Amino acid sequence: MQAFLDIFDIYLLEAVLNGILLGGVLALLALGLNLIFGVIDVTWICYAELVMIGMYAMYYLVQYFGLSYFIAAPLTILLVAALGALLHYLVIAPLLSAPPINQLLATGGVLFVLQSFATVAFGIDFRNLGIRLPILTIGDMNFSYARLLSFAAALIGMVAVYLFMTRTFTGTAIRAVAQDRQIMALMGVDTRKIYIITSALGGALAGLAACLLVLQYDVHPFVGLTFGPITFLICVLGGLGNFFGGFIASFVFAEIISLGGLFSDLEWGYVFAFGFFIVMMFIRPAGLLARRR
Amino acid sequence: MRKSDIGMIVVLAALVALPFVYREPYHLHLMVLILIWSFAYTSWSMMGRFGLVSLGHGGFMGIGAYVTALLWNHLGLSPWIGIPFALIAAGILALIVGYPCFRFRITGHYFVLVTLALSGIVLQVITATRDYTGGSLGYTPARAAGSRVFALQFDDKATWYLIALFVWLVGLLIWRLIDRSMTRYALEAISEDEDAAAAAGVNVTAEKLKITLISALMTAFAGALYCQYQMFISPDTVSGIAVSLQMVFAAIVGGLYVALGPTVGAVITILLAETLRISFGTGAVGWDNLIYGVLLVLFIIFLPQGILGSLLERFKRKPSLVRWI
Repeated sequence: MQAFLDIFDIYLLEAVLNGILLGGVLALLALGLNLIFGVIDVTWICYAELVMIGMYAMYYLVQYFGLSYFIAAPLTILLVAALGALLHYLVIAPLLSAPPINQLLATGGVLFVLQSFATVAFGIDFRNLGIRLPILTIGDMNFSYARLLSFAAALIGMVAVYLFMTRTFTGTAIRAVAQDRQIMALMGVDTRKIYIITSALGGALAGLAACLLVLQYDVHPFVGLTFGPITFLICVLGGLGNFFGGFIASFVFAEIISLGGLFSDLEWGYVFAFGFFIVMMFIRPAGLLARRR
Repeated sequence: MRKSDIGMIVVLAALVALPFVYREPYHLHLMVLILIWSFAYTSWSMMGRFGLVSLGHGGFMGIGAYVTALLWNHLGLSPWIGIPFALIAAGILALIVGYPCFRFRITGHYFVLVTLALSGIVLQVITATRDYTGGSLGYTPARAAGSRVFALQFDDKATWYLIALFVWLVGLLIWRLIDRSMTRYALEAISEDEDAAAAAGVNVTAEKLKITLISALMTAFAGALYCQYQMFISPDTVSGIAVSLQMVFAAIVGGLYVALGPTVGAVITILLAETLRISFGTGAVGWDNLIYGVLLVLFIIFLPQGILGSLLERFKRKPSLVRWI
């Protein structure tokens, strides 16, 4: 019995720590989505599909053009940032004055387009980068370097966004627009430019997430569906547009998925997370950190 | 009796008589698919037209299909009993998700994302319980040994055509009843301004729950019907976010503010997919969704009323026609 408990605890600790590592990448995705929602007041349903495109970009840059991972990563981030700006320019900008639901559904259409574009262009095979990072063993616990690296890079990415938002003029303008759209236009800020920059920034975060996720997951056209819905749930649970709430919620969700996966299949981890989400909607409908009115 | 009423009766009689005259199986198959999906899209539009955009209908449809099939295979319960059970399950789920949403005034983006989670859960549960449901490989209801009526399994396309036609007509009838009831005015007021509607004495939560329940039950029924007709279901074809988005897409293309709009959407989407499949074969994988996606974006930007809705706008001067559509 004692031996059983020892093993159990090691696995539990490993799952908890792996959950924290997973939380880092989820937090990165949630930050991008929250940024766009907070500033432009639009939800990109297709956000995870941008990540998918980024993962394919990494795959082709590394596998076909033989670039090193660290050269391919900035290129991918730039590419997805450009995609984000393009998405805003082509789809969101014409709909800015339309009902919010229409904007959301239009990005749902973009989800279809990106998914099927990937199916047509890249086929439905699972592909992976072919980079196998070593496994770190501490005590009896195993952690992949890929996850540690992702966690570190995600944290650095988030700090960089924080510095950009607080220390630069453009960042300040973005925060101001998030507070009041109409007034900032009167104050001489070109909101259209701010929207494009924000969209590009959101895209860049998706690109960074793609560079990190491609180390851990195989790429296929529907890979977005594995972490897309969970990102939306995190954002809603944290309170849409609430950066800090999204950050906390990412780790809560990552732990539920990781621990749920420990006790049974990974799908049940997701089911538990969804169930938790619905229960939380009863208790805190406006998000984890919302103040009671 | 007005002229338009007579026209409608003629059209109806022609639809009913069709399978007795014309028996080309492939075309009948297409008609049955169009009718079943039209019914599902109509159910989605029941709440979609009032600004309650749900991406959870894939979940309701999955429950309708899987509960019916599971009860039949594992307990030998006839679909005649299984379908009511499936409807009850879907209804309970709709209430569990709907009540807190409406009670705590979760609207707009929040409502869409919560319902999105719902279809995600159903998809994951079906996949996770693969010992019973076959997981992502799909599931087939067992062939009936005895009575075909008891098992609700018919090989004859004409029989299915008539069943689907009847269900579709009932769907339109429900739409018409709601369209002429006070519920419609209450919900229109709510979609314009919730606070004002509540102040005017509309019970916002109850009205929203009512329409959600009707819509969810109809969608689950469509799922059960689809399962009985196709005799094969997989998580991707009857549940999940893709199916939910497919409903939204068809309803918007056809026009979700008019009764026959979702039907027009179903005709367009299914014919588009079939044409692509026939002309390009397996090379068409992905192309149909690519075209759907582009069309969806274009429609939302340029024609948010949908095809039928915009046409009707133009023919407003002919009320006799509009009255029936």
